[in-house]
Amino acid sequence: MASFWSYWVIVLTVVTIVGITWILFANRKREVQPQEKTTGHVYDGIEEFDNPLPAWWFYMFVITIVWGIGYLIIYPGMGNFPGVIGWTQLGQYEQNVAAADEKYRDMRDRYLALPVEEIAMDPAVRKMGMRMFANNCAQCHGADAKGAYGFPNLTDDDWIYGGDAATIQATVINGRQAAMPAWGDIIGDKGVKDVTQYLLRLNGRDANAAQADAGETVFKTYCVACHGPDATGNPMMGAPNLTNGVWLYGGSEEQIAQTVRAGRNGAMPAFKDTLSEDKIHILTAYVYGLNKQ
Amino acid sequence: MKHEVIEKNIGLMIILIIVALSFGTLVELVPLIFGKQVREPIAGLKPLPALELEGRDIYIREGCNVCHSQMIRPLRAETERYGHYSVAGESVYNHPFLWGSKRTGPDLARVGKRYSDDWHRAHMYNPRDVVPESNMPGFPWLFENEIDAGRTPLKMAALRKVGVPYTDEDISGASAAVAGKTEIEALIAYLQQLGTLLQSRR
Repeated sequence: MASFWSYWVIVLTVVTIVGITWILFANRKREVQPQEKTTGHVYDGIEEFDNPLPAWWFYMFVITIVWGIGYLIIYPGMGNFPGVIGWTQLGQYEQNVAAADEKYRDMRDRYLALPVEEIAMDPAVRKMGMRMFANNCAQCHGADAKGAYGFPNLTDDDWIYGGDAATIQATVINGRQAAMPAWGDIIGDKGVKDVTQYLLRLNGRDANAAQADAGETVFKTYCVACHGPDATGNPMMGAPNLTNGVWLYGGSEEQIAQTVRAGRNGAMPAFKDTLSEDKIHILTAYVYGLNKQ
Repeated sequence: MKHEVIEKNIGLMIILIIVALSFGTLVELVPLIFGKQVREPIAGLKPLPALELEGRDIYIREGCNVCHSQMIRPLRAETERYGHYSVAGESVYNHPFLWGSKRTGPDLARVGKRYSDDWHRAHMYNPRDVVPESNMPGFPWLFENEIDAGRTPLKMAALRKVGVPYTDEDISGASAAVAGKTEIEALIAYLQQLGTLLQSRR
């Protein structure tokens, strides 16, 4: 604060304190007034005695003034005067953070030194991981981690980008950006319908044989690059397995067709800038252990 | 001075009440209004681009600030959940500020980039589709309404009058930037930039 404003605050604060003290004492009456003396106010025949403030009330005022002066000496308040104990809001915050760091450092270092696979079933890790998951992941993947429309289930054995510890950790750290192009304009309406029938047949569901045959040709021309010749996907590209009945965007015929037609671009945010290394480690272990309980 | 004089002279009473009440403002607020800390933007802070500005106006129109604060206090419990505490320099271009005063939903000061655009769309359409226990209302009309592009430059010009440094190019390009966009696109663009300038790992 500029020194002008510092003095401004100090002068006004002192004036206020002196002013209210003066008002308090200047208006003080000590003696009980004679019964016939009233304030002169009359409301519907009701009159008001002009008695002094009760002593306890008066001294409460005095105590608040003394408390206020004490506060301004101990804590910052008088302009740039920092107060005798040097308290600051930020200082208190940093002290709390440092105390928490100190408290949890040993545990953090212990878990950080162990590989994810080893700590995944540790009860303490599962408990901490569950809370971190609830705060950071559950909004999309659900409190039970079973996912939702467009957000993968983390409790099954199907992993879009891979379910080993290192891959899960990489997903949490850097996030993911899926990039399935829209095929509607390229393969046409017939192509979309045919390839949909082919996918239904791959999953052992009822499908039109002629359309599915035509769809196979379309698939082998356009889809193999990412999903592979046997349609089991490619975790390196985040291309899901299309043969196991797990459908991120719904498995009805129309939903599959819509995915082929319009493409999908699901995104997982990166957590490298928001969560510390140890928390990502424990969160990874929690997610890694989800389908192994 | 006798009470009677004040009590029977309402003009004098009004003046004395204003004097009595003004000390708090003069001490607590006036120095801050002139203080550097609350007037200087943090490094990298820019006025909201056209689409984000329209998103902000939808945020205000729908009353998001009634249930969501944008103010992370410097308390460990808050920074653990939301990230770096809010600083005054982040809000210098906010007219009005949207700090809020009540959290029915979570704080949004650093919600930018925390969720994907798809998540925001699903969540805004019907929050229970992604968060089953949510009591937030859905906002399906945002998906149908289009931004009124004609008004965007006027809004920017008005904000420039109160000190937001929009350039002439910003204002002349504003209508084109929002033309044909839906309200949901604007709102998500606004949300995705919130608080992204100050990051700390927690």
